[in-house]
Amino acid sequence: MRFMVIVKATEDSEQGAMPSQEMLAAMGAYNEELVKAGIMLDGDGLRPSSYGARVQFDDEGNATVIDGPFTETKELVSGYWVFEVSSKEEAVEWARKAPFRGGELEIRPFSVPEDFGEAFTPELQDKENELRDTLTAQREA
Amino acid sequence: MTTPPARTASTADLHRVVDAVWRMESARIVGALARVTGDVGLAEELAQDALVAALEQWPESGVPAKPGAWLMAIAKHRAIDTFRRSQNLQRKTEALGRELVESKGVEEDWAAALDEVVEDDVLRLVFIACHPVLSREARVALTLRLVGGLATDEIARAFLVPEATLAQRIVRAKRTLTAARVPFEMPTGADFTARLASVLEVLYLVFNEGYAATAGSDLTRPALCQEAMRLGRILAGLVPGESEVHGLVALMELQASRLAARTGPDGGSVLLADQDRSRWDRVLVTRGVAALDRAERTAPSGLGRYALQAAIAACHARARSVDDTDWTAIAGLYEALAALTPSPVVELNRAVAVSRAYGPAAGLELADALVDVPALSGYHLLPAVRGDLLVSLGRTAEARSEFERAAGLTRNERERALLLGRARDCDGPAGLTTA
Repeated sequence: MRFMVIVKATEDSEQGAMPSQEMLAAMGAYNEELVKAGIMLDGDGLRPSSYGARVQFDDEGNATVIDGPFTETKELVSGYWVFEVSSKEEAVEWARKAPFRGGELEIRPFSVPEDFGEAFTPELQDKENELRDTLTAQREA
Repeated sequence: MTTPPARTASTADLHRVVDAVWRMESARIVGALARVTGDVGLAEELAQDALVAALEQWPESGVPAKPGAWLMAIAKHRAIDTFRRSQNLQRKTEALGRELVESKGVEEDWAAALDEVVEDDVLRLVFIACHPVLSREARVALTLRLVGGLATDEIARAFLVPEATLAQRIVRAKRTLTAARVPFEMPTGADFTARLASVLEVLYLVFNEGYAATAGSDLTRPALCQEAMRLGRILAGLVPGESEVHGLVALMELQASRLAARTGPDGGSVLLADQDRSRWDRVLVTRGVAALDRAERTAPSGLGRYALQAAIAACHARARSVDDTDWTAIAGLYEALAALTPSPVVELNRAVAVSRAYGPAAGLELADALVDVPALSGYHLLPAVRGDLLVSLGRTAEARSEFERAAGLTRNERERALLLGRARDCDGPAGLTTA
C-alpha cells in the first residue's frame, strides 16, 4: 500500500529558517533509514508559501490568482514522503520515527482508480495514464 | 472535527501496530541476538519472547515511544536470563568456580554487544537464512520469517501449504543450521559471490511465487512481490556495490509495474503484447529504470543475468506499443543473456526478438534450431512461435500444423481454442492470415 506522509508547515519553515546542522544530520539519517528499509519511494521538501501562489476557482470556473505568503501556517505543506508499506500502522510507525521537534505529519493512502467509481471512465483513465507516460518519459530523458 | 481514535483503542488495532513494528524491527533484533549468542534458532526464540511481551503489555501501557528499543531491551533481558540459566546448569553439573567468575564477564560482554548497532547484522542474517546447507524451500521460509518478519501462518498462506508444514520446515531449518555449526558471519571472496547468488535466487523465487499467482481474492500472494522488493531494496542498501542486487531490484520493480495490467477482467492472464500499457505502474517503472542505471554503473565488466533481464523489461517499459519497442536492443540483450546463462527458453525469446528486429526469416532460423532440443519437446510456445513466423513468411500449410501441434501441447483451454483458431485461419486466403 502506498502512502503520502505530508509534512505540515511550521512558523520556522514558513519563515524560511534553515534547519540546524544537527537537524539536517538527523533528517539525513532518518531518510537513509527509510531508504535502507526499502519502504521509501520518493520524498522532497518545499520552499515557504511566500514563494508560491494560489489559484482559486469560483462556481463558474473563473480563476483568481493570489500570491503567497499564506497565513494559516498549520494548513500548509512543507514537504512529503511516499512510503510503500503493508499497512497504515506501518506507515504510522515509520512516521513516528521522524526527528521533528514540533510540527505535524499527516498520513494519507494514495487513491486507486476504483475509488473514483464510474465517473472515472476507461477513456479518462487512458487519458490520465497517457499523461503519466509522458511525464515518465520526460523524467527518464 | 471528530475526535481521533485513541492509539490504545482496541486489542485488534494494537495487534496491527505490533505487527507493523515487528516487520520494521525484527531483522535487526534477531540479527543482533544471533551475533551475540551465535545461534540463530535461539536468537529467534528470544526475539519472539519480546514480541509476546509486547502483545501482553502494550494494550495496558500503550505503544512505547521507541518500540524497537523496547523490544530489544526485553530480548536482551531474556538473553541474559537464558545465559544465566545455562550457566547455573553448568555449575550444577561441573561445579567449577572459575567458570562462574568468567561468566560474569561474558554476561557483561553480551549486554554491551547487544547495545551495539552493527550494520552487518541484517546482512549476516540474510546470508545465514539462504545458506546452501538448507533446501531451497527452507531458505525461502527462513528468509521471510527471519528477515521479513512474517508470521508462520502468513508465509504458509502465501505458499498454500498447511501452517503445521511450514512451522516444521522452519524448525528443521534452524536445527540444520545448528547441527551444521554454520557460523553467523559474512562470507568472503568467492564464497561471498556464491552466497549472494543464493540470496538473490531466494528473493526472486519469493517474487515469482507472488507474480505467478492468479489475481483475485487472496491478497497474500501478490504481497509476496512487495515483500521480495522490500527485501531486495534492503539488500541493495547493504551491498550497494553489487550490480546484480540492483539488477534484481530493477527486474522486480519493472515486472511488478505490470501486475495490474496482466490480469484481464475475466481473471485470465494477459500477454505482454496485449496489455493495456496505460495500467502499468509509473512509479515502479521510474524506480526500476533508476535501479537498472545503478546496476549498469556498478558493473564495469558487463551486466549479470538479473540486470540483463531488467534491461529487457526496461525496453518494454519505455515502449508505448509492441511496434514502438526497441527490438534490436532486446535481441542483443537476449544474445548476451543466452551467452551468460544458456537456456532454450531464452533462445526462443531471442528468436521472437530477432524476428521483430530483423524479420521473420531470421527469427525462424533461430527457432528451427530449437526443434530437436529435448527440454522444449513438450513446450507449446515453440510451435506457436514457429507458426507465427511461418504465417508471416506465407508458409501457411506448415504454420497450420505448428498451431495444431501447439494446441495439442497446451494445458490451458483458452489458449488451446486460440491456437486452433489460428490453425483454421491458415486455411483461408493467404492475404487474410498475416494480420
